[in-house]
Amino acid sequence: MSAFANQLPIGLSIGAVLLLIALGLTFTFGQMGVINMAHGEFIMAGAYTAFLLGDLVPALPAAFLVAGTMGLILERAAIRHFYGRPLDTLLLTWGVSLVLQQLARDLFGAPNVQVPAPAWLSGGVGILPYNRLFIMGLAVAGVVAVWAYLTRTRLGRRTQAVVQNRRLAATSGIDTGRVDMLTFFVGSGLAGVAGVALTLIGPVGPALGTYYIVDAFLVVVAGGLGQLRGAVLAAAGLGLLNSYAEFWSDASLAKVIVLAAVIAFLQVRPQGMFVLRSRALT
Amino acid sequence: MIRRNLPFAAVAVIVLVVAPLLLEPFRLSLLAKYLCYAIVALGIGLAWGQAGMLTLGQGVFFGLGGYSMAMHLKLTEGGGLPDFMVWSGVEELPALWVPFGDPVLALATAVLGPMLIAAVLGTLVFRQRVRGAYFAILTQALAAAMVILLVGQQGLTGGTNGMTNFFDVFGQDLADDSTQRGLYLVVASVLGVLYLATRQLVNSRYGRLLVAIRDGEDRVRFLGYDPALVKTVTFALSAGMAGLAGALFVPVVGIISPALLGVVPSLELVVAVAVGGRHALAGAVLGAVVMGYAQTAFSEQFADGWLYLQGALFILVMTLAPKGIIGVAERWRRARTT
Repeated sequence: MSAFANQLPIGLSIGAVLLLIALGLTFTFGQMGVINMAHGEFIMAGAYTAFLLGDLVPALPAAFLVAGTMGLILERAAIRHFYGRPLDTLLLTWGVSLVLQQLARDLFGAPNVQVPAPAWLSGGVGILPYNRLFIMGLAVAGVVAVWAYLTRTRLGRRTQAVVQNRRLAATSGIDTGRVDMLTFFVGSGLAGVAGVALTLIGPVGPALGTYYIVDAFLVVVAGGLGQLRGAVLAAAGLGLLNSYAEFWSDASLAKVIVLAAVIAFLQVRPQGMFVLRSRALT
Repeated sequence: MIRRNLPFAAVAVIVLVVAPLLLEPFRLSLLAKYLCYAIVALGIGLAWGQAGMLTLGQGVFFGLGGYSMAMHLKLTEGGGLPDFMVWSGVEELPALWVPFGDPVLALATAVLGPMLIAAVLGTLVFRQRVRGAYFAILTQALAAAMVILLVGQQGLTGGTNGMTNFFDVFGQDLADDSTQRGLYLVVASVLGVLYLATRQLVNSRYGRLLVAIRDGEDRVRFLGYDPALVKTVTFALSAGMAGLAGALFVPVVGIISPALLGVVPSLELVVAVAVGGRHALAGAVLGAVVMGYAQTAFSEQFADGWLYLQGALFILVMTLAPKGIIGVAERWRRARTT
C-alpha cells in the first residue's frame, strides 16, 4: 500500500512538469495552429540555465527569460512566415530542434550534467518529498499566473479573442502579430521554467526535451486546443496514468497504455476535453 | 505511353544493370539500404503527399517488418535459442516466436501486421474526424511508445541492441557478394514494382479522391464519399510498404534495433520526402536516396556536422522550396520553355 501511495507524488509532479510544458504548446497550437517541435529544446535551455547558474531560485526567472527569448526569436524569424501551414511548421521547427540539440552537445558536452539541489529542498513531509512539492507549487503558480494574465489583463483578453476567432479579432483592431509574439514568449518561457524543475528530479542532457515533448503534445490533444482547464486536467491525468501504469505493469508498457488511453478518450471526445464552440467547419 | 514511361525505364536500366556492374559490393549494399528507405518514403509520399496525412510513425511499421524478418532469420539459423536470449537468461523459446520459424508466416506478418495496426488505428482516429496535426502527434507517440516497449522487453526483442549477427537468408550465405547483389536486385525490383503500382493508383479515380480529401475533406464528404474509409485504406497501404521495406532491410544491413525505428528515424524519412518533393511519388523516392547518401557521405567525414547540416537543410527546404527538388526542377523547366 505504501508503494501505491508513493506513486502519487511522483505522478503529480510528472503531471506538474507536463503542465508547465503543455501550457505553452496549447496556446501556440490553439491560437496560431503552430506545432512547435523545438519546444522541447526550450526545456533543455531552461535546464542548462540552471546548470550554469548553479542555484535554483535565480535560475527560475533567468530560465524564463532565456527560453522566452529563444521562442520569440524563433517566432519572429521563422514561424510567422508559416501561419496556415501547420504541418510545414512542424517539420521546420524539427530542423531547429536538431540544430539546438547539437549546439547543446557542442557547448556543454554530450554526457549528462547534474545540478545540485538546494539543501532546503531535501527531506519532506510524510510521503511528499520537498522537491516534488516544490515542482507542484511551481505548476500551480504558473497556472494562476497564466489564468490571471488571460482574464485580468488587456493583452490577455486580446489573446483569448485571437484564440477564439483570429480574423474577427484582427478586424476589431487587435494587433494579432503582437499577440502571437507575446504568447510565444510566455509559452516558451514556461517551458524554460519546466526545465529548471526537471533538474530537481534528474540529470540534464542535450536530449532532455525529447523525453517530455511527446507526452506534452498528448496533453494538448487530450485537453483541447487553447484550453487552460483542459491542459490542467489532462496533464494531471496523464502524469498519474503514466506513473501508475509503470507501477502496475512494467515500465516498458506504460507508454503504450497511455497512448491507448488517449486514443480511447478521443473516441468519446474527438476534440479533447474542452472545445471552443464555433460554427466553423474545419 | 512510351514517352511517359521513358524516364522510368532509363532509371530502371541504370539501377538494375549499370549500378551492379560499376559499384563495388560495399557501395552496392549501401545503395540497397537507401532503396529500402525509398520504399518507406514511397508510402509516406502516398499518405502525406497525396492524401495529406502526415504520419510520423512509419518507423513503427518498418520496425515490425524488420523484427518479423529478424526473428525468422534467427530461428532458421539452427543451434537452438537465438544468441541474445541466451545472454539475457531466457531458457525456452517464447510462444510469440514460434510462428516466425515459417518463412511464409514471417513474411506475411511483416506486411500484414503493420497493415492491420494501421487499419485499426486509422479506423479509430479517422472515424472521429481526428486529423492533421492531431494525427501526426498520435503517430509520433506510437513511435515513442514502440521504442520503449522494444527496449523494455529485453528477452523477447534483444533490448537496446536489437538483433544482429545473421548468417544466411533463405539458405544463401549473407557474407557472400553474390547474395548481397541478389538482395540488391530484389530490393530494387520490389521498389520498381511498388512505384509503378502506386503511380497507377494515384492516377486512378481513387488517386483523385485522395488529393480531393487532402485539399477539402468536408467537401468530399458532402459529395457522398467516405473520407475515413479512403484514408484508412491509404494509411494501411503505406504501413504495408514500410513493413515490407523493414523485412528487406534486415538481410541487407544485417541489424534491426530500436534506434532504427523511433521518433527520429521516422521523422528523418518524412524530411527526406519533403526534400525530394512530397507531391510527386518520384520526389519521395529521390529524396530518400539523396538523404541516405548525404548522411553516409557526411558522417564519414565529419560525424557531428551531419545534424547541423540536416537541420539547416531542412529549414532551407521548408522556407525556400516547399515542393522539394522536384518542385525546383519543374520551375526550371517551365522557365526554360516559356
